[in-house]
Amino acid sequence: MSIIYMLLAISVCVAIVFFIAFIVSVRKGQYDDTYTPSVRMLFEDELLDISETETDDPSDNKPINLNQK
Amino acid sequence: MQLCFHCGDSCDTQTIVFEEKSFCCNGCKTVYEIFSTNDLDYYYDLENTPGISPELTDGKFDYLENPDIVAKLLEFDEGSTSVVNFLVPSMHCSSCIWVLENLSRLISAIKSSLVNFPEKTIRITFSSENISLKELVILLSRIGYEPNISLEDFSKKPKHIDRSLIYKLGVAGFAFGNVMFLSFPEYFEVNEFWLERFKHLFRWLMFAFSLPVVFYSGSGYFISAYKGLQSKILNIDVPIALGIATLFIRSTIDIVFDWGSGFFDSLNGLVFFLLLGKFFQQKTYAFLSFERDYKSYFPMAVTRINRKGIYQPVEEEQVQIYDLKQGDHILIRNEEIIPADCILLKGDALIDYSFVTGEAIPVIKESGEKIYAGGRQKTGSIEVEVIKVVEQSYLTQLWSNEVFSKEGKGRFQNLTNSISKHFTIAVLSIAIITTIIWLYLDPSKAFNVFTAVLIVACPCAIALAAPFTLGNLLRIFGRNKLYLKEAQTIERLAAVDTVIFDKTGTLTTHHKNTITYNGIALSAEEELLLNSTLRASNHPLSRSLYEMLHAEQILTLDEFEEKVGKGIQASYKGQDIKVGSYTYVSDREAGKGPEKDLNRTEVHITSNDEYKGYYLFQNSYRKGIDEIFENLSATHRLAVLSGDNEGEKEYLTTRLPESVSLHFNHKPDDKLVFVKRLQQNGHKVMMIGDGLNDAGALAQSDVGLVISEDINVFSPACDGILDASRFKDITRFLKLSSKGISIIKWSFLLSLLYNLIGLGFAVTGHLEPVVAAILMPLSSISIVVFTTIFTQVVSRKLNAKIKS
Repeated sequence: MSIIYMLLAISVCVAIVFFIAFIVSVRKGQYDDTYTPSVRMLFEDELLDISETETDDPSDNKPINLNQK
Repeated sequence: MQLCFHCGDSCDTQTIVFEEKSFCCNGCKTVYEIFSTNDLDYYYDLENTPGISPELTDGKFDYLENPDIVAKLLEFDEGSTSVVNFLVPSMHCSSCIWVLENLSRLISAIKSSLVNFPEKTIRITFSSENISLKELVILLSRIGYEPNISLEDFSKKPKHIDRSLIYKLGVAGFAFGNVMFLSFPEYFEVNEFWLERFKHLFRWLMFAFSLPVVFYSGSGYFISAYKGLQSKILNIDVPIALGIATLFIRSTIDIVFDWGSGFFDSLNGLVFFLLLGKFFQQKTYAFLSFERDYKSYFPMAVTRINRKGIYQPVEEEQVQIYDLKQGDHILIRNEEIIPADCILLKGDALIDYSFVTGEAIPVIKESGEKIYAGGRQKTGSIEVEVIKVVEQSYLTQLWSNEVFSKEGKGRFQNLTNSISKHFTIAVLSIAIITTIIWLYLDPSKAFNVFTAVLIVACPCAIALAAPFTLGNLLRIFGRNKLYLKEAQTIERLAAVDTVIFDKTGTLTTHHKNTITYNGIALSAEEELLLNSTLRASNHPLSRSLYEMLHAEQILTLDEFEEKVGKGIQASYKGQDIKVGSYTYVSDREAGKGPEKDLNRTEVHITSNDEYKGYYLFQNSYRKGIDEIFENLSATHRLAVLSGDNEGEKEYLTTRLPESVSLHFNHKPDDKLVFVKRLQQNGHKVMMIGDGLNDAGALAQSDVGLVISEDINVFSPACDGILDASRFKDITRFLKLSSKGISIIKWSFLLSLLYNLIGLGFAVTGHLEPVVAAILMPLSSISIVVFTTIFTQVVSRKLNAKIKS
């Protein structure tokens, strides 16, 4: 039954690892903006799609003229 | 009617067809062109008509050429990489996020861009070698996302986000979960062999988990209780801190002397639930700012004109506003804000003060006249000489009033704290009396009973009633477009007995005027000529009159002359027309002719020197003000406090109930004093305003509410921002706030009931840890359920409105 010492130690360690992961993610600002990522993830496919079909020569894609009125 | 493919406005004035799509203006068409040539068409697939029509005035961002200003704005600048953070108020949908995050496809010099939608900010990393900050800003403006750069950005400090509550909540939640597991075995199998061996380990582990909860998560309660006692106030945190301390000490003694398993699960649960309540109460609207002063309204820089000598060429220079000195000549372009008190030197000045003083109609200034800071120039460019620096100008001096330096509105005694005083005294006396009785009956149990009373009496449920009720209401209000700064505002809202309205911009709308014609009817030819004449003029009155008349045909005028401040004159095929002030059109000296009220805004017309009549401009009042005043006058004292002249007094007297007192010609300072005097007479005042001139009154009042037609544009510091479309619901919001207070009172009763049951166990000496572990979460959860259900019930009328 002394295995329970070991099990307890493991379970507490696992819990602490997740707890630290939580603190780190808060500190990095993951919870500061909870809305934009939910919208952004829906764009990812679209982005890939374009970059595949795009012509290889970026200079072909004429940059817009800033002074144009 | 055709709708613009880009912005969704109706194309009633003109329609531009491009690639089989119709656009309302050239600006919209250009944005579409930019997007479609850069493969950003997906913008229009994501949402229907997501665009914003771009408005760009030449030279508006010239100040971004000044390296000092650029350095202030850039967040990071090293080598060729620069990072800048802009506030873009116009972003509103997923298309906006998409296009703003794909800016790099427009210009390769932009390395990446990241949107924070709730805050409406965009963080752009770009290569400063290939694109300047000015070009970047112009690019954003040209696609309709003009960043908001104001004087406030000048003193921007690195943003400090306080996340301590999340950490505390995390620690408490983590410990609570683990302690629950560890305390469970002892509740069921009391005398089992293995449990006997392990229970000491379990208990000391629970003790270890509780340490950070008591000393870190719960630290706020000890500090607040200490501060309360210092200022001789028994706030709600006093019994809470007492409860936490007793729980911890009693449990530690229990496990040290092996008397029992202690109350560690109750302790952790208590702290966790209390912090959860605090967290719930903190609903912030990141895209709104409730702390703004004139700094976020003023521009960051202006164009200074340097003249070295009379015959030397004029030199223009962009300078920061704080660098302006007395005697400097500055250039103010159309639609720009006057940053300091000045004297007009050159140009036609037509200054719109509606935001600053409450005057509804723009004022004409002539050369040599004084122009106060804060006004917005409406026609063309002017040159002015600074006579007072920014901080000393007439408007900004208002902010030196002590009201603005006060930290919050702390004098308010909230409901929870007022009940806590009686509660604490009652609990302490019960604890002492029962201990004395037990000392006679069985001295060995006296300590247990004493601590048990303090433990069950810990007002967890009481402390949760207000946060959850107010937090719920705050969210309901937010869904109904009343955005409050903090939950406490609702309690103050319920206590209000006097409501003061500003006139211009609050009771009236900013944009529309009601125009009525009085006089001899115009013939079709005259009307046509009038329309064509008005079209040629840039004066705001001509423009709004022209919009109202809806001209279908426009003549090319033979002759046209505009006299600033007087009127316009035009002729077509021998027909003559004069439009303007009475003295101008009738060639008479002031004071003669028909009686004229100076406070009214009129545009007179003569055709071929024959007087025809005049158009009368009146403020147009918001819908539902009759209803509001009628409903509110039964329960509240009402007043209208305006910075405008008395022109509308007669009209308002007839329209509003008699009990409403009307006050005109009040300067910003006067408004503040007015509110202060009412408060000194014991009234709780709510100020409803909109502009900078109300800022003092808003800060002084118990609740300062700002009406805003577009919540993204500037509004002065206040306790809440109300969308103008929900103006007529003010009565409902007030009623709901007082209903919220009754809900809190009922929850107090409910939680007192739980306390009584707990006390029953405690005074008889039967409080087992398991009883506390059931009672405490049960009371907390039932309070949360109770308040949530009832706030939903009382606000169903408001909520029904959102759905419809």
